[in-house]
Amino acid sequence: MMDTHYNFAFLDERTKKRIRRALLKAVAVPGYQVPFGSREMPFAYGWGTGGVQITASLIGLSDVLKVIDQGADDTTNAVNIRRFFARTTGVTTTEKTREATLIQTRHRIPEMPLTESQILVYQVPMPEPMSRLEPSRRETIKMHALSEYGLMHVRLYEDIAQLGAISRAYDYPVMVNERYLMSPSPIPKFDNPKMHMNPALQLFGAGREKRLYAIPPYTQVRSLDFEDHPFEVQRWDHACALCGASESYLDEMIVDDAGSRLFVCSDSDYCEERRDAGHVGTQQAVTLHDALATPPEAVTPNEQEAA
Amino acid sequence: MYVAVKGGAAAIESSWRLLETQRRGDTGIAALSVAQIREQLSLAVDRVMSEGSLYDPELAALAIKQASGDLMEAIFLLRAYRTTLPRLGYAVPLDTARIALVRRISAAFKEVPGGQLLGPTYDYTQRLLDFALLAEGESTGASPVAMNMPPAGLDATPTVPSERTVAPETPCATVPRINDLLAREGLLETPQPFDAAPPGDLTRDPLMFPADRALRLQALARGDEGWLLAMGYSTQRGYANSHPFAGEIRRGFVSIELVPDELGFTVDIGDLEVTECQMINQFNGSREAPPQFTQGYGLAFGGAERKTMAMALVDRSLRADELGEPRVAPAQDEEFVLSHADNVEASGFVQHLKLPHYVDFQAELELVRKLRAAHAELIKEAA
Repeated sequence: MMDTHYNFAFLDERTKKRIRRALLKAVAVPGYQVPFGSREMPFAYGWGTGGVQITASLIGLSDVLKVIDQGADDTTNAVNIRRFFARTTGVTTTEKTREATLIQTRHRIPEMPLTESQILVYQVPMPEPMSRLEPSRRETIKMHALSEYGLMHVRLYEDIAQLGAISRAYDYPVMVNERYLMSPSPIPKFDNPKMHMNPALQLFGAGREKRLYAIPPYTQVRSLDFEDHPFEVQRWDHACALCGASESYLDEMIVDDAGSRLFVCSDSDYCEERRDAGHVGTQQAVTLHDALATPPEAVTPNEQEAA
Repeated sequence: MYVAVKGGAAAIESSWRLLETQRRGDTGIAALSVAQIREQLSLAVDRVMSEGSLYDPELAALAIKQASGDLMEAIFLLRAYRTTLPRLGYAVPLDTARIALVRRISAAFKEVPGGQLLGPTYDYTQRLLDFALLAEGESTGASPVAMNMPPAGLDATPTVPSERTVAPETPCATVPRINDLLAREGLLETPQPFDAAPPGDLTRDPLMFPADRALRLQALARGDEGWLLAMGYSTQRGYANSHPFAGEIRRGFVSIELVPDELGFTVDIGDLEVTECQMINQFNGSREAPPQFTQGYGLAFGGAERKTMAMALVDRSLRADELGEPRVAPAQDEEFVLSHADNVEASGFVQHLKLPHYVDFQAELELVRKLRAAHAELIKEAA
């Protein structure tokens, strides 16, 4: 039931219009951070206010909304945001990726490929990909204007020199349309390749930092790397214990006092759909070993993880 | 078999109920009314209005009640309400010289035209708990707290203003600002806007750097009192030298006036209680400018002396570039000070760490495990 004390989708129409104008600019200049007059929302900053403002300014009566956090529809913050829109718009909500026209997400891209008729809205905490290297926005704006991204390349190079690998596991920087360096938001780098040439419109909202940006459909998105250290995504030694998927991003759960781990799909809708289609996983938790504590060849199957 | 955890929705509903129980406390004790909060916790109400950027004592009191006295939460509630309100236009600049004074002091001059008025202040109370209030009775009036006057024997210092016995009840009596008197003599700079453009509005447009002074003052006015206090304090301790004097602090009611487009003349739409602080700072002059005093400015709703004094110190330190001073301290770094002054933003982002991050943590786990495995290989090869 729609709450009629507030305007449709909470924000007033003029504010929505301003946000849509900023979004048009963002779409016209892929990967460029457009400053916008972010409003206080009835959610705390850092909890999705940017994404909520984009969703609020786009949502219409015919939309079907899906909200996920960590890939799942039933995490508390996703529930809260979905209820907010159900209450202020009365639109249909869904947990099915394929049914949704508008998907707001935090930290994941759904496993199921998106289509041209869908919009993916990301919640972004820190829109500036170089914020940890250069805290001043005055400076980073200049660096973007000049395409001066040496700082980031040096940072990645230093990781390889010191650790043998790039130590960014999420929020892994990408080049959009070979022009702007962009933060993909804290999605795992596993999801980065999904952004490339995606048929869906991808919109990013950072409420606290007051920036919007976009990746239009079928836009090139390249994760930064080096010829001799090509970009690669996370892989697991295990498949999902529930649905047996070996190509999805997995969450790890500690299921007993001995520290046994259960690996399951982070995308709850994807996992459920696979199970409905008859796929079954091992249903087994596994034991992990400390690579440094025990020589790998001495490990027996029943040994528990030290530490 | 493992079943994925469900029930976020049910948990949220239970949490609402528990929150309500926490807010109400012992039901054997009478509930606080919004009117009681508005009247008896008025300084809390004033802070919530200032940092919530909305002058509405009743809604601020409601927010305090709803937030169980958590002022930052109350400020957030008020902001989230404010965002839904239409903006009608710009008021005529407040004339704080036309003021119904509640309090006015100057630490720079012993006597000032219009007089000094101590008014309600905790400054000259001895900070002794008044146990008469604990006994649920009215204060006996015998304690310095209740009598609101300096106890006998307190050393008089030059900054102790003379107390005036008769409060000026005449609304809109003109009490000239000390700064104006100094400026007339050329001793104090009179900063002018750099251009004729109307001031920006940071509730409508994002704050970009460098910001002009109007925007900086807006950001400071709604900035966190604790943050401003710490920043202002740092300038006194040598992180940017400011040599301030409290030229004038005044608190009182001023008229807020608007010129509606369709009328074309000024309409008084009500009164605001404000506290205003004008700091006077030493300035040795530069090649272009002769030596004169410079100013820092603070303004907030209601009784907000600590806030406005701190604000004035920070305003002055942020003028470093404009006055050709070297920027050496955090309090002079506009982007640093203003980007972190808003407690609704800060509180939200710090507390968002409570949200699940297990996808990112999983990514880190995978990375650390991989690095450790590579490390183990290295050790094996070396052995």
